[in-house]
Amino acid sequence: MSVEAVERRAPRAGAAGRARMLRSMLPAVSLAIVLLAIAWLNPRAISYFGFNLMLNLAIPIALATIAQMFIIAVNELDLSIGTFVGFVGCVTATWLRDAPLVGILILIGSIGIYALLGALIHLRNLPSIVVTLGMSFVWQGLAVLLLPKPGGKAPEWLSAIAGYKPPFIPLPIIAAILIALVVHVGLMRTSYGAILRGTGGNATAIGRAGWSLLRIKVTMFALAGLFGVLSGMTLIGITTSADANIGNGYTLLAIAGVILGGGEFVGGRVSPVGAVIGALTLALAASPLLTFMKIPPDWQVAANGIILIIVLAARVLISRRER
Amino acid sequence: MAEAPEAVVNLVGVEKHFGAVRALAGVDFAIGKGECIGLVGHNGAGKSTLMHILAGTLQPTAGRIVIGGRQEEAYSVARAKMLGVRCVFQELSLCPNLNVAENTRVNHQSLRGIGWRKRAAALIGAKLDEIFPDHGIDADDIVSDLSLGKRQMVEVARAFTVTDEPLEVVILDEPTSSLDAETAGQLLAFVRRFVESGGSVILISHLLGEILDNADRIVVMRDGKVAAGNAASAFDRTKLVAAMGGAETHHKAQHRDSEARKEGPVRVRARPRQQTDGTELVAHEGQVIGLAGLAGHGQTDLLLSVFGAAGSRGKQGVEVNGPIALVAGDRQTDGIFQQWSISLNIGIRSLKRLRQGVLISSRREAELAEEWRKRIGIRTPDMNNNILSLSGGNQQKALFARALGSDAEIILMDDPMRGVDIGTKLEVYDLIRQEAAAGRTFLWYTTETDELDHCDRVYVFRGGRIVAKLNRGELTEEKVIHSSFSETAQ
Amino acid sequence: MTALRRMASTPWIWSFVGALLIWLATVAFTGGYGGGGMITAALSLAVFMVIVGTGQMFVITLGPGNVDLSLPANIGLASAVAMTVMNGQDSRIALGLLAALACGAAVGVANYLLIWALRIPPIIATLSASFIIHSIDIAYGRGLQIKPPPGFAAFTNIQILGIPLLALLTILFTVLAALALNRMIYGRSVLAIGQNIRAAWLAGINVGWTRFATYTLCGTLGGLDGALLAGYFRGANIDIGNEYLLSSIAVVVIGGTSVAGGKANVPGIWGASLFLVLLLTMLNTFGVSAGVRLLLTGLIIVGVIAAAGGEETR
Repeated sequence: MSVEAVERRAPRAGAAGRARMLRSMLPAVSLAIVLLAIAWLNPRAISYFGFNLMLNLAIPIALATIAQMFIIAVNELDLSIGTFVGFVGCVTATWLRDAPLVGILILIGSIGIYALLGALIHLRNLPSIVVTLGMSFVWQGLAVLLLPKPGGKAPEWLSAIAGYKPPFIPLPIIAAILIALVVHVGLMRTSYGAILRGTGGNATAIGRAGWSLLRIKVTMFALAGLFGVLSGMTLIGITTSADANIGNGYTLLAIAGVILGGGEFVGGRVSPVGAVIGALTLALAASPLLTFMKIPPDWQVAANGIILIIVLAARVLISRRER
Repeated sequence: MAEAPEAVVNLVGVEKHFGAVRALAGVDFAIGKGECIGLVGHNGAGKSTLMHILAGTLQPTAGRIVIGGRQEEAYSVARAKMLGVRCVFQELSLCPNLNVAENTRVNHQSLRGIGWRKRAAALIGAKLDEIFPDHGIDADDIVSDLSLGKRQMVEVARAFTVTDEPLEVVILDEPTSSLDAETAGQLLAFVRRFVESGGSVILISHLLGEILDNADRIVVMRDGKVAAGNAASAFDRTKLVAAMGGAETHHKAQHRDSEARKEGPVRVRARPRQQTDGTELVAHEGQVIGLAGLAGHGQTDLLLSVFGAAGSRGKQGVEVNGPIALVAGDRQTDGIFQQWSISLNIGIRSLKRLRQGVLISSRREAELAEEWRKRIGIRTPDMNNNILSLSGGNQQKALFARALGSDAEIILMDDPMRGVDIGTKLEVYDLIRQEAAAGRTFLWYTTETDELDHCDRVYVFRGGRIVAKLNRGELTEEKVIHSSFSETAQ
Repeated sequence: MTALRRMASTPWIWSFVGALLIWLATVAFTGGYGGGGMITAALSLAVFMVIVGTGQMFVITLGPGNVDLSLPANIGLASAVAMTVMNGQDSRIALGLLAALACGAAVGVANYLLIWALRIPPIIATLSASFIIHSIDIAYGRGLQIKPPPGFAAFTNIQILGIPLLALLTILFTVLAALALNRMIYGRSVLAIGQNIRAAWLAGINVGWTRFATYTLCGTLGGLDGALLAGYFRGANIDIGNEYLLSSIAVVVIGGTSVAGGKANVPGIWGASLFLVLLLTMLNTFGVSAGVRLLLTGLIIVGVIAAAGGEETR
């Protein structure tokens, strides 16, 4: 049998690898472009205080994006992460402050519910879109029950952490690097992380090799719940008070962040570092960049959409040129 | 069948049913220590099903599994792994998003903790070096970046890596299908070394030379049963082909008067994309044109490019004159609509004709289905039953009915007889002959050599190209096989 | 017995049964008071869910990953466009409706262009589109204080024997949609593509055209919904479509359409819409808070889908 026939069907590792490299550079390149644009428009923004201000809300977004990434890594989708973040925010601003023990139990319990959802979706073979769609009502309902009107107050210790000003490097940047690093090591470098990602690529193969797919789904959903909790808590630490609708926009932002960061909907191709960069890009482009460009805030949301489209178009161009 | 003295694996009276289809009808199969068994048979003879049962991925409907002298009660994938039964399946079972080392990790629970990547890389690297010197694969390569051949090399090498679980029996299902002659040779040499060191291998291959040269014993399967089993030295190519059931039908096939037919207008003219010389496939009205060669050598690609060209004019190197329909071979992925009834499945290609005004007429739809139920003999009490209520062969008939019941004058057939029983086949052969006589043109890709006897002309494919054109008079199985292989070592 | 079994195998029946039970429970609670008015109100509100639900149903039926997330933004924009074009004048009602339809259709076309040109999953394409439309909507529609023409507002409120005219027209529309789904080439193509896109192509179906038509149809229905909502609620509003992101998907799924694609059900959309609207009415009657309403809605969606179970893996 001829070697050429085989070679032609799948491109050689070198070429495909280059295209993949190029694609994986995209998130960083887009962040760099946004940063350059900001620096050009307003050089003073590139400073300790500038970054502190601009990236203030990027960390909760990054954490929610990571949560979504865990779900997408196993070919599912979470439409409830936004309202979940809002729910966690409400718990943080009420129970966690007034009765810390109960608050902690509630938060742990909510991670447990995420794990159960993973089990339910796997065992009954349910479409995750619909289940999480229903859950988005549930979290929102619970949030409204907890805080019918905007209010509450962040626990002091949390506000203190969020307000901490480390020397030289602004806190949001340190936090972003830390999140990216921890998740990267956990998902991309550990031996069980390989199994988790492999499930997105070829679940049958993982099952045949004797791994429990149920356990994998539960793990990934629980991780998503954990990062959702972290996102809600940091959000309240920064804003200091809560609102039942505070996280609603995060569902779509988190999906966009994962995709911007080089992730794909199916196939277990995700990148924690990319996801964090994607979230930062969205956070920077949506508000500070537009402000500096003197574009009215009406177009903030559109900026997210346009960035998403540009990056996806760039991705298509790269893979087309590869052929 | 003589049982090997030291049987590592013994399958007794194994049966497997898929709904109405009986894939295995009581199979006895044993493999001894240090033995290489060649397992051969036509597509759908039950080889893969049997191996899936041995690997624990399918549960037998009936029968016993004895491994290492112990009868297994709750046999599963995990149990198979623990007992040292490994399998390289025909469908690739690597995770395309992981790298080579990570894929090795998937099969080894013990590769964990600090430094697992290095250990996994070393493990798979050493095995690749051992089996395929100069393989050019790095443990950090992402699998989806590798060529099909290299993926197959990784998969085979991975099956032979050992950490804490034993390695007793390795099932290799078409392990050389994507390998070139040199690497295939390396693999087979390694298999011999492995067997001589006391391991056992079950080798499934369509390349009879591979089987005859490397197996100690050969088991031939046919229609879900073991048709023959004996020492490899007792077989030669002819005997193998005869045991698989090729020879008898060969004689039965009727030879039509090929000279009598005049050539009508050209219906299809197509050149494979990888064809470097001027050879092209030409099909005239009323002809049955065979596409032969080993599976996956460009026949399906050509059919698809012909199919695609019919929709949009002016595709490069392809000319299609007339409406076209395709009969899929891979029913589940290319053919049937699982939620629909038999008659909806048949009518889908003819919706325009079934309309009355803007609406599809239920009456006309039912009439079309009923007409074809009679003509092609679909065995069902009610054409409104779900398509999945039919046996595989009858599902295939429904797909034939979809194409033949349409206005198509050109019918493409993508190895449509895979896993179809012989009775159905004979009925469909007759129908194809009638329809061709009525002026329809058939392009028929088949992996079963005796089906080529029904063709007016046969093009043999190799490596994405047409390498031989054989008219009816010059057609013999030997010539087809010769052209399919001539570049390889055998 | 057989009747029961047949009922059990037509899942959409259950949404009607559920709607009926809820109505009975509410009527029992109020002591029979306002039972008729409740149905009228429920029909009026269900109409808006049914219209976008039908569009969403065709999209979802195209198979896994197909869902239109741009509906809320689309509805919001169309409501503003309709009100601006109508400009409060009865003579411009038809023009305004046409403009809203065209606006919705344009959104649908844009969605499909993104899917086709960028080869990205529809869910992310419609998501990016919705970001942009939402911004256009904010910039264009903010502070828009135009009331609908009196004739249009009245039209959305006409009742015949206690049944809203809009509901009657929508019933007619859904009958046509059901015919299109089951008895026209378009519908058959959608169902075939949803079951197996490759097999559909090989069976000679025009896959590209069908997908294009479906996204355009869904967008157009979103546009129509925006105009009608603005008429019914006396004015356009950016957030007027927000609840239809989730509820358009919910009514499709509760109504017995398969999220895995290839199996759709039009009557079920009516049942599910009435069920959801009546559920909210009931909870209002019981005087429960907004939080409990949301909570119960969510639990019911999860419960229904968990009970119905997923598709067999292919």
